[in-house]
Amino acid sequence: MSDASPSMNDAILQVEHLSMKFGGLVAIGDLSFQARRGEITALIGPNGAGKTTVFNCITGFYKPSEGMITLSRRDGSSFLLERLPNHEIPARAKVARTFQNIRLFSGMTLLENLLVAQHNKLMKASGYTVLGLFGFSGYRMASAESIDLARHWLEKADLVDRADDPAGDLPYGAQRRLEIARAMCTGPELLCLDEPAAGLNPKESMALNALLMDIKDNTGTSILLIEHDMAVVMQISDHVVVLEYGRKISDGSPHAVRTDPRVIAAYLGVEDEDVETVLTEVGDEDVIEQLDTGPDSAHGPGTSSSFLAGPVTDTVGHSEGERVTVSKAASKAGQVDARSSAAASKPSAAKSSAAKPATKAPVKPKTPGVSNRRGGRK
Amino acid sequence: MAVTASPERDIVATPMQRATREALYAGAIALGLFVLFIGLKTDQNISNELILVQRWGLLAIVVVLTMAGRFLYVAYGQPFLANQKIVDVATGLLPESMATRFFRLPYFLAAIITVAVLVFLAGSLDGLLGPGLAGYARFLRALAIIYALASVMFYFRTFIHAHFSALGITALALYPVIVVLVLALYGGSVAAGFQGSLKWVDNFGIQILIYVMLAWGLNIVVGLAGLLDLGYVAFYAVGAYAYALLGTQYGLSFWILLPAAGAMAAFWGVLLGFPVLRLRGDYLAIVTLAFGEIIRLVLINWREVTNGSAGISGIPKVTFFGLMTFNVSDPNYIAKVFDIATSSAYYKIFLYYLILGLCLLTAFVTIRLRRMPVGRAWEALREDEIACRSLGINTTTTKLTAFATGAMFGGFAGSFFAARQGFVSPESFIFLESAIILAIVVLGGMGSLVGIAVAAMVMIGGTEVLRELDFLKQVFGPDFTPELYRMLLFGMAMVIVMLWKPRGFVGSREPTAFLKESRAVSGSFTKEGHG
Ligand SMILES: Nc1ncnc2c1ncn2[C@@H]1O[C@H](COP(=O)(O)OP(=O)(O)OP(=O)(O)O)[C@@H](O)[C@H]1O
Ligand SMILES: [Mg+2]
Repeated sequence: MSDASPSMNDAILQVEHLSMKFGGLVAIGDLSFQARRGEITALIGPNGAGKTTVFNCITGFYKPSEGMITLSRRDGSSFLLERLPNHEIPARAKVARTFQNIRLFSGMTLLENLLVAQHNKLMKASGYTVLGLFGFSGYRMASAESIDLARHWLEKADLVDRADDPAGDLPYGAQRRLEIARAMCTGPELLCLDEPAAGLNPKESMALNALLMDIKDNTGTSILLIEHDMAVVMQISDHVVVLEYGRKISDGSPHAVRTDPRVIAAYLGVEDEDVETVLTEVGDEDVIEQLDTGPDSAHGPGTSSSFLAGPVTDTVGHSEGERVTVSKAASKAGQVDARSSAAASKPSAAKSSAAKPATKAPVKPKTPGVSNRRGGRK
Repeated sequence: MAVTASPERDIVATPMQRATREALYAGAIALGLFVLFIGLKTDQNISNELILVQRWGLLAIVVVLTMAGRFLYVAYGQPFLANQKIVDVATGLLPESMATRFFRLPYFLAAIITVAVLVFLAGSLDGLLGPGLAGYARFLRALAIIYALASVMFYFRTFIHAHFSALGITALALYPVIVVLVLALYGGSVAAGFQGSLKWVDNFGIQILIYVMLAWGLNIVVGLAGLLDLGYVAFYAVGAYAYALLGTQYGLSFWILLPAAGAMAAFWGVLLGFPVLRLRGDYLAIVTLAFGEIIRLVLINWREVTNGSAGISGIPKVTFFGLMTFNVSDPNYIAKVFDIATSSAYYKIFLYYLILGLCLLTAFVTIRLRRMPVGRAWEALREDEIACRSLGINTTTTKLTAFATGAMFGGFAGSFFAARQGFVSPESFIFLESAIILAIVVLGGMGSLVGIAVAAMVMIGGTEVLRELDFLKQVFGPDFTPELYRMLLFGMAMVIVMLWKPRGFVGSREPTAFLKESRAVSGSFTKEGHG
């Protein structure tokens, strides 16, 4: 939770003025933030806020409409990620990622999954297959080393007993850990995790926290984390960036973000009573009334379809014809802003001490789980 | 209520009642299906008029056979299969398996005796039984031989299972020798042995091995990388024409042209690969299919070079590394070198070992590649392309190498085909060939070399065996040509195998690396790929 030394040099990832538009839909609008080296940076926000889209821009699955994503490696070299081809981002810029809906090689064993992750290294060692085909010793050594590395990460992920089972046979939680282990086998400097705790039970969630802390402390890999589970976020992250409708509404230490009224309004991660107190602190019951009505669903995008549904051209269709633009009014954080400034300019506004309890939270605190995530914003 | 009522009725009905009912249904369906297919036939009479021939008798036979089949299956087959799963109360054991009941020592001895008697009488069969019955007797002999061999294999099944590859390679290596020896003993002279072996070595051995090689080559593209290629025969054609043209025009030797043909096919593989890289699944399949057709049409229409549909003949034979040849007129003809009788069988046997060697090369390279990063990347690509890219794998080059490697083996097989045939024409490279090769890969179990080899043996060998079933002429009349039913057999075999083993003969996959022990991965986890 160190907010100190925000010098430019220790930023591993710097996102500047990033925008991503799908037809008329602005999935990310002018987003700037940075992730510092050796820290865990969390990216949070309600469903459809554009978190996965940010990841897809960073890892090259999408080409951003505007903006610059700079990654600085430990050796001083830096890369403009939006210019690198998709597969070179893990290979050269050393950014690894996991997926919101797990993508393992399910018909291959756990060990093979981790060996595939070391493809580029092994490819070089095998002289681009030619030398390896004739059994050169250099390749055999590299191959033994890669198995050792795989074993190391299997042990970290507590999966070594199942090393020779197919990945598709693992229970859900173990698949999540395997995906992280696989990403770590590429030797990344920045690890991007898309909802790693989704669908985990509390025990597995604890184990995951331990694994992430271990990665952070022992490998020096910086982590960028999307997570709905606030317990995980608050516990392990050093820095939190909050998105809503593709815009950054807050940025800071977990504590600062937690008490930011705009965050609470947009994304209720704290208890209902806390909301009440915070909102009364901010001082306008109109805000609470506004919150009760909820955002106009016609303005927001219908469902959160992540890119995993297919290539861009497949999913862009839903915004065809009508130009869907996210109006500022749909944003609850925007409403808070507007209301509090209005309240400030109208000091005569009556203050009622008996604030109406916020019985109906427009966005329920997220319960972990995959199935209930879609269309959670009604 | 309706849902619960029907099973109850099934339980109440005795198997006999049920069998009768289902036989009637089956008969009605068969009648409906075949009344126009079999019952009526359009034909031309002498004055070229279209007439309708009625074949109600044949229709009746088909319908009755269908009904009888269904009746027997429901009345006896199903209860029998159900009983197989019920443990005996007294002994606590499952009933003997079908196989152990089918393969018994007395039966085996009976089969051996039948074979011995029929072989002994071989010459006089026609005289003793008349031509009709003699045909059946020969068929009986073939069945008895198959049964005896199957019994031996069943007896040693655990051993065979454990050493399948080694045994298979040994059997393939010894096959021509055994054929020649058996036929020499049978015919009484070595020359007769060589002469008789022609058919067995050429039609069965070489033919099957060509398809094994093609299917193994396609397996790299479809089975490992998961890219559905319906135009594989194009690379076969490129290899064949590369050898045919360069061999006839420049007189280059097979041993130089073999790698050249492979390289050329690989080059075309990359050429095809580039435009189709972005396509997936069905789209990829259609474009590759079109590519295969384009190559064939170019071969037909580019007459100055390819001689059009007339094809290229007089393709030089393969030499034994230049040391010996197989042309009778040459001074270093093999029979002259060894001072033995002239026979065309030497060339066939040589070709057999050549294609066997090429097959083993394909298998060796495939096995080696699978354990290397590029092979793992192919399989990973089949499992999940997006995950591959997130791990820094260049999917473009990975797909291209898969296309090129597969095409290269197709090119090798093509140049061998040209050398064996001595003649190539576009006729040999039609879409059906691609379909057959793909069918072999799918039937064998995508990715499994052993399964694919077995599938090739069953499919290609099976259709060749149909040529041997002359006795069927006794049954269906002299006009009956069993070869024409090859494709029917092919289709039926595919349907049966796919029902019985939806993932092919070998559905599981061998891991390419292991920590403690290598356990086969069940086919339910592997994916077929999306292109
Ligand atoms: N390929 C695409 N084509 C069109 N729209 C897209 C595409 N990918 C994402 N979107 C839209 O962008 C918005 C942000 O989606 P994104 O998946 O990034 O949200 P998220 O914050 O990850 O949500 P969740 O918490 O549900 O995972 C959504 O409205 C979504 O519909
Ligand atoms: Mg998401």
